[in-house]
Amino acid sequence: MHIQKDSRLRKFHQAKWDEEIIFELSVPGERGIVVPEVEPEIENELGEVANVLPANMVRKNKPALPEVGQMRVLKHFLRLSQENLGGDLNVDIGQGTCTMKYNPKVNEAIVRSHKASKLHPSQPESTVQGALQIIHEMEQYFREMSGMDAFSFQPSSGSHAILVMASIMQKHHEMRGEASLRDELITTIFSHPSNAAAAAVKGYKIITVFPDQDGFPDIEELKRVVSSRTAGLFITNPEDIGLFNPRIDEFTRIVREVGGICGYDQANANGILGMTRAREAGFDMCFFNLHKTFGTPHGCGGPASAAIGVTNELKQFLPVPTVAFDGQNYRLDWGNEYSIGKSRVFYGAFPVILRAYAWIRSLGAQGLEEVARIAVLNNNYMLANIIKIEGATSPYPGGKRRIEQVRYSWEKLHRETGVGTHDISLRMCDFGFHLWSSHHPFVVPEPFTIEPTESYSKAELDEYLDGLRHIAEEARLEPETVKTAPHRSAVHKMDESCMDDPRRWAITWRAYQKKARQ
Amino acid sequence: MWSSTAEELPNIKWYVNKTIMNTKMNTKKDFIHPYIPNSVPANKKAMMETIGITDIAQLYEDIPERLRLRSKINIPAAILSEAALKKHVNTVLAKNTSCEERLSFLGGGCVNNYVPAICDEIVGRAEFLTAYAGEPYEDHGRFQALFEYESLMAELLELDVVNVPTYDWGQAASTSVRMCGRITGRSEMLVPDTISPDRFNVIHNYCHPVMKLIMVKHHRETGMMDLKDLRSKLNANVAGIYFENPSYLGFIEEQGQEIADLLHALGGEVVVGTDPSSLGVLAPPVQYGADICCGDIQSLGNHMYFGGAVGGFISSRDEEKYVMEYPSRLFGVTRNEKKGEWHFGDVAYSRTSFDGREKGKEFVGTAAALYGISTAVYLSLMGPEGMVELGKKLVSYATYTARRLAELKGIRIRFNAFIFKEFAIDFSGTGKSVAAINQSLLEKGMFGGKDLGTEFPELANCALFCVTDNHTKEDLDSLVSAIGKAIS
Repeated sequence: MHIQKDSRLRKFHQAKWDEEIIFELSVPGERGIVVPEVEPEIENELGEVANVLPANMVRKNKPALPEVGQMRVLKHFLRLSQENLGGDLNVDIGQGTCTMKYNPKVNEAIVRSHKASKLHPSQPESTVQGALQIIHEMEQYFREMSGMDAFSFQPSSGSHAILVMASIMQKHHEMRGEASLRDELITTIFSHPSNAAAAAVKGYKIITVFPDQDGFPDIEELKRVVSSRTAGLFITNPEDIGLFNPRIDEFTRIVREVGGICGYDQANANGILGMTRAREAGFDMCFFNLHKTFGTPHGCGGPASAAIGVTNELKQFLPVPTVAFDGQNYRLDWGNEYSIGKSRVFYGAFPVILRAYAWIRSLGAQGLEEVARIAVLNNNYMLANIIKIEGATSPYPGGKRRIEQVRYSWEKLHRETGVGTHDISLRMCDFGFHLWSSHHPFVVPEPFTIEPTESYSKAELDEYLDGLRHIAEEARLEPETVKTAPHRSAVHKMDESCMDDPRRWAITWRAYQKKARQ
Repeated sequence: MWSSTAEELPNIKWYVNKTIMNTKMNTKKDFIHPYIPNSVPANKKAMMETIGITDIAQLYEDIPERLRLRSKINIPAAILSEAALKKHVNTVLAKNTSCEERLSFLGGGCVNNYVPAICDEIVGRAEFLTAYAGEPYEDHGRFQALFEYESLMAELLELDVVNVPTYDWGQAASTSVRMCGRITGRSEMLVPDTISPDRFNVIHNYCHPVMKLIMVKHHRETGMMDLKDLRSKLNANVAGIYFENPSYLGFIEEQGQEIADLLHALGGEVVVGTDPSSLGVLAPPVQYGADICCGDIQSLGNHMYFGGAVGGFISSRDEEKYVMEYPSRLFGVTRNEKKGEWHFGDVAYSRTSFDGREKGKEFVGTAAALYGISTAVYLSLMGPEGMVELGKKLVSYATYTARRLAELKGIRIRFNAFIFKEFAIDFSGTGKSVAAINQSLLEKGMFGGKDLGTEFPELANCALFCVTDNHTKEDLDSLVSAIGKAIS
């Protein structure tokens, strides 16, 4: 379908390099880099590795890695990078729940300093005062943003922070001799799946509360499921569909009244920074993802980092170390015997913490509030426009507004045209966009989730809207074009069936070669 | 603009510095931040008209008054100018002294190996750095790069399955242990008491209370596992064993095959944590009976970042028994012959928590993918010759240094065993503490070995030294000389 004249859609085509697998580029003898040589005196003294290693432990065959010249390696990975969309290049608002915002380049310039990259975790504390200061100040900022009393940066990600919340909750109940009695964790279906999954790792039975007619987690259901077996509640607010649950303090009260602990999943807090906090809503703990709300790049899926905060009552259980300050010097604080211990090696994802520090300092309190206000403005602007697209709906009538994101549905369009959310996602690639569906299970049928954040201008939001409008119309006029997409990506639509077939799946090149021969 | 809760944060110096940091803002002037294009009034106005509101505050009407934060967040004011921001952060970072400015012999799970320029070039590419969760179509590149990461690691390990990286070695070991528990239906895991305490604490928290870790003793003289003690701890509830090679304390465990045979006879699984930078010269653990391998990729093309740039790998044979127990993403390849294209996708997605919530295997989410890409670049550059050269360099330089140190009066190599790149030195005979020796080294511009006494009471007065591919013979000799002076 032709792009309409007044549309902002681009005549996009992704780079298509038809690039080989790195192993196919191997030419015997080529070198990508040379390791500094063993100097002659040491070579003469020790000789071959067989002289300094146990005979049964010496590797017999060299690893079958490819042999590729340096420029060809560079070119290979540069080409692969061009076959990847990247947040810096597109209007990356189609990955709802993930807060794909601008990752400032100055933070990349800062993080490349050897004063950050070349620090060893076992250096004397006197030589890492700057790093410790940054972690300490960040602990204080997060106290202010949440109302919690103490923070740790030990969690490696949001899901990992949920594991840490479950560990702290369990420790709390162990201290009271109730750990084995309290074996149920309550969450909601529109909280991130890891709230259920990571708590189950600690042995909890999971009770999942579904939404009521309005889209809010069903408070009557919560009242029915709480009991003396309740260990706690892990919940997001606003949930994935973007509704702020105004009775959240009743939820926490109901759970606390039966002796449960309440953990607030604030992986994404982008719409409510400075507006409402974990403390006022009655939570015992909460966590924030630095790679979502706080502007650090997602790196194709990490590195990430989360800040976990607790009330004074739970402070001694925090994972260690945290950073203490005596007015003169910073030092690592290894807590006491009641800490849950460690959740990550060393002290947290320092390069991520450093970037988030720079991001927060750039914005200040006023900026953080503006981030939230504009993220919500952008989201409601998208909502006002998307529900005008024939075939797109925003399920659930509850609330007057949505906060930072909305979970929409193409159900009507699918019913009318046979074109569904997966088809549309693949067609969006043809215009340089990404569109995600939702977490599983699809409670909202044919879902898609838009979270525009504060980073995109009105013009860019309009461009993305033009993409959705174009494809919704195309679904009616030429559905095959949508169903056979993508047409202008690095690759075409694939047959995914082998990915679930143990005889055909190939997770490495060596496995592929073995299976292809059979 | 500071709220009255300042007394809660008595030590933060921004209260005195605020006049420096405070840019000329007042509440009447519009706050327009470069990161927020729609903070411009004209954009706001147009969008509010579309929504049908006159004030953004109306968008928050679902938040009840009782839940509202009534004061401003009490953090420092914005540093709007990029130049000023960079200057400020660099001023704080300037308080650090890096391993570029000092000669470091620290290791213990984080090493100052050389990172090739092309690794930095590739992970700095915006297309990779700022990507996240695209489909295998618009994000073909990251799927291929991470498939290649899996494939390159697989050649080092001689195994057919490697995961997309998890957080770190601690997490990789934790998940390996839990995989053994699920595979065998048993709940005890054996672990040598020479394991890194930091790593042990991660595994312990992850396993508690579902699986129990049981410590196996070591030989005092060699550090290697005490097989008699191991035999005494074998029973029908043992899911498997996790041990490390080279060990945290530097020595090489030579009894791998015997340990594996003992466990396999019992129907248990064998997990080996290994340093991948050793695998150019050391036998991959699968050669002595490992079922699952795990470890960290920091040493392969990633900077140290205060221990914060780590990534964990897990690897096994290509059997459903193992593959279906991974919680991580596993990217697979297939060939579209008709179009002549390589395609990539998620293998067995239904096992993940993304698909099955609490019914999935453990959980999956954002972890350390970018470090996986860096490692893919690193291994592509190194090739077989580079990894052999690296292994040879590390083992030669470590052995040389240990021998020279052992020639000093009162100093001995703590364990009578082969080493790879790290080794424990016992200073007991010198009458000097590790702290005193390290202070003396620091004054000469060196970071000495890690003090092991706080982690292992038995190793009071011992320190763990590590060499890297950056070290020269002159560096090693200057360490030996400086220690000689420090103990005299």
